[in-house]
Amino acid sequence: MNNFFQVINRVLIANEGWKVILSGLGKTIEIAFFAIIIGTILGCLFALMKISTIKPLRWFANLYTTIIRGVPMVTQLMIFGFVIFSGKNEIMVASLAFGINSGAYCTEIFRAGIQGVDKGQMEAGRSLGLSYSQTLWKIILPQAIKAVLPTYTSEFIALIKETSVASFIAVTDLTKAGDMIRNATYNPWVPLFTVALIYLIMTLGLEKIFSRLERRLAKSDRS
Amino acid sequence: MIEVKNLTKQFGDNIVLNGITETIQKGEKVVVIGPSGSGKSTFLRCLNLLESPTGGEIWFEGNNITAKGTNIDAIRCKMGMVFQHFNLFPHLTVLQNITLAPVTLKRQTKEEAEAKARKLLERIGLSDKANVYPSSISGGQKQRIAIVRALAMNPDVILFDEPTSALDPEMVGEVLELMRELADEGMTMVVVTHEMGFAREVGTRVLFMDGGVIVEQNEPNAFFANPQHPRLKDFLSKVL
Repeated sequence: MNNFFQVINRVLIANEGWKVILSGLGKTIEIAFFAIIIGTILGCLFALMKISTIKPLRWFANLYTTIIRGVPMVTQLMIFGFVIFSGKNEIMVASLAFGINSGAYCTEIFRAGIQGVDKGQMEAGRSLGLSYSQTLWKIILPQAIKAVLPTYTSEFIALIKETSVASFIAVTDLTKAGDMIRNATYNPWVPLFTVALIYLIMTLGLEKIFSRLERRLAKSDRS
Repeated sequence: MIEVKNLTKQFGDNIVLNGITETIQKGEKVVVIGPSGSGKSTFLRCLNLLESPTGGEIWFEGNNITAKGTNIDAIRCKMGMVFQHFNLFPHLTVLQNITLAPVTLKRQTKEEAEAKARKLLERIGLSDKANVYPSSISGGQKQRIAIVRALAMNPDVILFDEPTSALDPEMVGEVLELMRELADEGMTMVVVTHEMGFAREVGTRVLFMDGGVIVEQNEPNAFFANPQHPRLKDFLSKVL
């Protein structure tokens, strides 16, 4: 047992490995945070385009989701990092790449949510004299958001885990930080389990936050 | 008030309305009956353009609402509609369901709309339900609230699309009772229904539709006592 703590001490404390991990965690959170914002905005935008009656908009949105969902994340990341934004700040590039990728999945999630709302709701709104967009904002979207929250949470969590490939474009994220400590100390299990535990805490925390939000939104379902 | 001229509606190759010409006067309570698939719901839904007609014209209070460039939202403010499946907004309370449209469209301030909504709820005996969500009330209550929601916009006419067809039998009465009250107050109503008793007692005119056309129409007593067309005789023999 003593030996166990000695190893942890050597790898994470004495070597200042914890600083490397903390800095990596910061970058992971930064990338995930901006990617989620970008992805959500893109998702809303393209979902509205997908349900629009204007054909070119639908066509463009379909093109976006088809390409993004059909190409591996790492390939996209490298195209962004080494071709489109070569030489730019890699955290910004990574945020953008993960955001644009996540946006395609958010698009499908939101589209399904909007189309899952009963058609009668749109008809009821329109029959009262509300315009299409008024009905969409006041009646359809609030119901759609409630319906998509669980899948949206999963997308959120998947995104945080996906950022672990950010080191492909030279970002020292959480995973890369663990890897660097492994190389420096020749100890694989301490940094890897530490990193794993941190990911787990983040995803579990998010799940908790969202399930609370879900319960709050579900108040209209209670009888 | 509503003038329909040679209205047609086609879904693909399927002709649902095959030339309907009809005038509905202010204060009339027109009841539309007919077998399922006869086009009666489509006819009703064309009146406020929830279905866009394939051909023909619809005039409402002197405006051709089927003309290009008509502001249909403004027209719909004056044409309430009540649906078979109520279509209350599940994420809003009963009170919010009623006030959403008048407030959003700036017809009334929030305070005016709420005061009016409470008065309407009191009238139908559901004041205590103002702050609950639709999921916790019965079908009959939902439909009465849907009617009140339409009334909150002060419409000139209300279209009813089989308002009692989705209700448990014991709840049909309360909804018909409210409709009867509205009729007595002089509201112009167009009602698609299978309730022959309502057609007979409340209707001022009954239309029988079959195959996308109005086959026969009359004032209710003569309509039920003395049907002319064989298809109407056949229909009535099955439902009465």
